[in-house]
Amino acid sequence: MSITTAVRSTLLDFRDVELVFPDGTVALSGVDLTVDRGEFVSIVGPSGCGKSTLLRIASGLESASGGTAGVSANRIGYVFQDATLLPWRSVQGNVELLAELHRKSKVDRSAKAAAAIDLVGLTGFEKHLPKQLSGGMKMRVSLARSLTLDPELFLFDEPFGALDEITRERLNDELLRLFVEQRFAGLFITHSVSEAVYLSTRVVVMSGRPGTVVQRFDVPFPMPRDPDIRFTPEFAELVGDVSHALREGHR
Amino acid sequence: MPTLQETATRRATAARAAHKPRRVRKRASWWQPVVVFGIFVGLWYAVAAYYDQKVQLPYLVPYPHLVLMSIIHDTRPDGEPTGFNAELWASLGRTTLVSLVGLAVAIVLGVLWATVMAQAKGLEKALYPYAVVLQCVPILALVPLIGALFGYAFLSRVIVTVMIALFPMVSNTLFGLHSADRAQRELFELQGAGRLTRLLKLHLPAALPSIFVGLRTSAGLSVIGAIVGDQFFQRGNPGLGVLIQVTASRLMGPELYATIIIASLYGIAVFLVFGLIGRLAVGRWFDFT
Repeated sequence: MSITTAVRSTLLDFRDVELVFPDGTVALSGVDLTVDRGEFVSIVGPSGCGKSTLLRIASGLESASGGTAGVSANRIGYVFQDATLLPWRSVQGNVELLAELHRKSKVDRSAKAAAAIDLVGLTGFEKHLPKQLSGGMKMRVSLARSLTLDPELFLFDEPFGALDEITRERLNDELLRLFVEQRFAGLFITHSVSEAVYLSTRVVVMSGRPGTVVQRFDVPFPMPRDPDIRFTPEFAELVGDVSHALREGHR
Repeated sequence: MPTLQETATRRATAARAAHKPRRVRKRASWWQPVVVFGIFVGLWYAVAAYYDQKVQLPYLVPYPHLVLMSIIHDTRPDGEPTGFNAELWASLGRTTLVSLVGLAVAIVLGVLWATVMAQAKGLEKALYPYAVVLQCVPILALVPLIGALFGYAFLSRVIVTVMIALFPMVSNTLFGLHSADRAQRELFELQGAGRLTRLLKLHLPAALPSIFVGLRTSAGLSVIGAIVGDQFFQRGNPGLGVLIQVTASRLMGPELYATIIIASLYGIAVFLVFGLIGRLAVGRWFDFT
């Protein structure tokens, strides 16, 4: 019994993962990474360190050329760098897309979409087209779209990187709320150290060429998190440590 | 140095313009072409007077009002019946039929051709050169052969129209089918969407703006194709192309000009209508200009 629980609770288990591109570039080498149920893991690293590639392997868009890349989550949500909405579909239509691709009934789809739109606070905007929305709102639609899958594991590829600071912080709070309410596990790619520390239960620091994990930090702050922890000395200290590790790895 | 009154007026105008910038711009875009048209008609009268009085060949450049009357009335100013006006509208009808049938065939063929090419890089490499060949072969050189093979009537006219109108449909549709970005494609891939689903729910909708740009261009070309085909085949039901040749050879100045004008107006109408269809279809989410 305890074994099944243990197996089940690890949603992502990467061991010694390696990826060599056809041109010989070693993108990832010897990466060990796990994400358990209830965890929110952020990966920070310089650009080009292969952190996005890691996410692509986790999602199945790419396969590892060495090691074992085990993913046992049944439903995986994936949030792209850009909102990646279909401009000809309304908010409702965009959020319904994934259920539509899984051939769910119309009633089922619209109920799921309505619930997801409500979760990201966009009720009332169902009929709007993407071009009528701000960058932050588009990202919410993108989140809602993935939420309709009811994911066990949620993969985020620098989703808020293109947003302004205020919008980004607001969406971080929303994401934390969703994490607490919806109980998915998260694997979050970012190049912002404070975002990583604020959102995560664990922060993994990567370095580049070839991409590998250099250090891991447990984040001790309890969930749900008060936005004001960002201004505590403990938070600042941890951000400092992670930044330090990032610089060390970069050298 | 503007007076106080002028400054106030200018400010009020500016305020109004800031309020409804679109309407103001739209109104402004109407009178300028009208002025140009007025100048053009004035020049035409001057040239017509020159040909009438000095050159003594009035049918080469007839007065605008004579041209207009030949479109409206079935008789000459001296009361002699011409039967021209009825012929003009019948010819326009036949040309319209040829161009629209040709355009419809070009749309279907073009979209299918491009869709097949978009399925695999190999297919595109194999088939695209022939679209370019089609564009490069001087269609006029083929016209006698088309006539010999398919006769000199409706079918041959439609074939010429299709050949002239096809390329923009193929190239624009192909471009549009390739326009979905990588993340959008991966979004579908992650859900295990099949080829047909991706085509119907991603690639074709994404291609619609390009398809409608191609459609507008092809629609204009289909008018040219119909008239060119008509002029060459002569036989069969005559359209505007034949009418142009007949009126030209009989030195029927006003009637020749009337036919040219009607042909041009038809071309413009087709361009505008298909532009409007494009705006109605995708203008909601795409800046279709």
